[in-house]
Amino acid sequence: MDKTQNNKAWFLILPVLILVAFSAVIPLMTVVNYSVNDTFGSNDFFWNGLGWFEEMIASDRMHAALGRQVLFSAIILAIEVPLGIFVALNMPKKGFWASFCLVLMALPLLIPFNVVGTIWQIFCRIDIGLLGHSLAAIGIDYNYTNDALDAWITIVVMDVWHWTSLVALLCYAGLQSIPQAYYQAAKIDQASRWSVFRYIELPKMSGVLLIAVLLRFMDSFMIYTEPFVLTGGGPGNSTTFLSIDLVKMAVGQFDLGPAAAFSIMYFLVILLVSWVFYTVMTTLDAQETK
Amino acid sequence: MKNRASVITMTLYLLFLLIPIYWLVNMSLKTNTEITSTFSIYPQTLTFANYITILTDPSWYMGYVNSMIYVVMNTVISITVALPAAYAFSRYSFMGDKHLFFWLLTNRMSPPAVFALPFFQLYSSIGLFDTHIAVALAHCLFNVPLAVWILEGFMRGVPKEIDETAYIDGYSFPRFFIRIFMPLVASGIGVAAFFCFMFSWVELLLSRTLTAVDAKSIAATMTRTVSASGMDWGVLAAAGVLTIIPGALVIYFVRNYIAKGFALGRV
Repeated sequence: MDKTQNNKAWFLILPVLILVAFSAVIPLMTVVNYSVNDTFGSNDFFWNGLGWFEEMIASDRMHAALGRQVLFSAIILAIEVPLGIFVALNMPKKGFWASFCLVLMALPLLIPFNVVGTIWQIFCRIDIGLLGHSLAAIGIDYNYTNDALDAWITIVVMDVWHWTSLVALLCYAGLQSIPQAYYQAAKIDQASRWSVFRYIELPKMSGVLLIAVLLRFMDSFMIYTEPFVLTGGGPGNSTTFLSIDLVKMAVGQFDLGPAAAFSIMYFLVILLVSWVFYTVMTTLDAQETK
Repeated sequence: MKNRASVITMTLYLLFLLIPIYWLVNMSLKTNTEITSTFSIYPQTLTFANYITILTDPSWYMGYVNSMIYVVMNTVISITVALPAAYAFSRYSFMGDKHLFFWLLTNRMSPPAVFALPFFQLYSSIGLFDTHIAVALAHCLFNVPLAVWILEGFMRGVPKEIDETAYIDGYSFPRFFIRIFMPLVASGIGVAAFFCFMFSWVELLLSRTLTAVDAKSIAATMTRTVSASGMDWGVLAAAGVLTIIPGALVIYFVRNYIAKGFALGRV
């Protein structure tokens, strides 16, 4: 749609600007303020320049947390995106069963994050959990509270359980928008199942798929509550992701300066990646409407 | 043949989704002694004691009440401010509109962990700490951008001719907006409200940081009880089941729009 040029539209945006300025800009500036100051405990601050940033960039702790975070997000995307597409392709197209599947699949998305953690805690414990108990019964040595690998597997499975439906729902919506004529044409051409997917379904899904990847990247990159409830970042530090580490540093140890510098770099990383996604998204949008 | 494979895949996937939830429900209907002593896939002695504990103990059920209060406040605030903004984004181009739109989205992307401490200090300094409005305002951080994006997606679908006709008919902007335009995007408003409700309901970190006693949310009540009273698994499971219910109840109404909502209105 071509839009009217009118700078008075700013007045309609004003309420949002004021509200978001209050709940985003002021806190963010507080963080910036902390990141360049040092303190002796009381409210006595003095200028520290970029000291905290230099310290955090060089610190092993941040490298380790960042490494775990990147690895986690990569694993999550590698599993959830193909699985989500696969599920979407297998969903019933219409009628009662389509609604039935939609409602059930959306269920995990609406569960409070800490309850997701609790569900998996209860599900995986060796003494009371169905999964933990069954695995122990068939002789697999599994204990997510002691073994780093088991903890990782548990968190990844939990996240797959929690969020794959999101990817599937978005892809399903994309698939629904493909006109039936496309499939009929493919049938006349005797296209194989794979080429129908590759040349009809995948291009039509690319828009929503991009959103799905963007959302999954963002949310997995700032994951906090689920691993916090499930493992508390342990065993040791093996599942301490960026957010968990940050909260530990800021609220637990009250190291404001380093935590603030950490926050800003964390925020910038997310911002950068999101901007790339957003640019690709809007470019695709523009191409489509042409 | 293909059909049968699909049915099997979907059945397996849905089972994978439902078994952990079933286990939670199962736990909530057992007594604590049964949970720790015997292992069974269904409750041997069915009990509702865990639910009764929650529904009769103020420190538990007030958690739900508090959560409901700030969630509703947040939804109302978010939708109210987002409506005119989404209209502006969908109808006009103005200086800085694209940057502003992206800037709003960045707030949806910012990790709550970054904001937890500054929020705590900000709201403490203006005397709002441990009030419902503090959590409601804090959740606006990610809900307002979300609402703007979803509403903009729906409003783009309404033809511009309707606006122009209404102005020719002599409607003023507020009257046109409330009487004609809002009913047209009613489903969008419903979906946006649902998503604001949901994301505010599922959030833990900010609501836990910003409340202590008077406005303590159910999510915070749950985490604190785990550490305090040891392993009261039955009650914990029952509390979990009760938090799932609100989402499960309304999900049916938005089932056809849920993908659009999650995609920030971009499907």
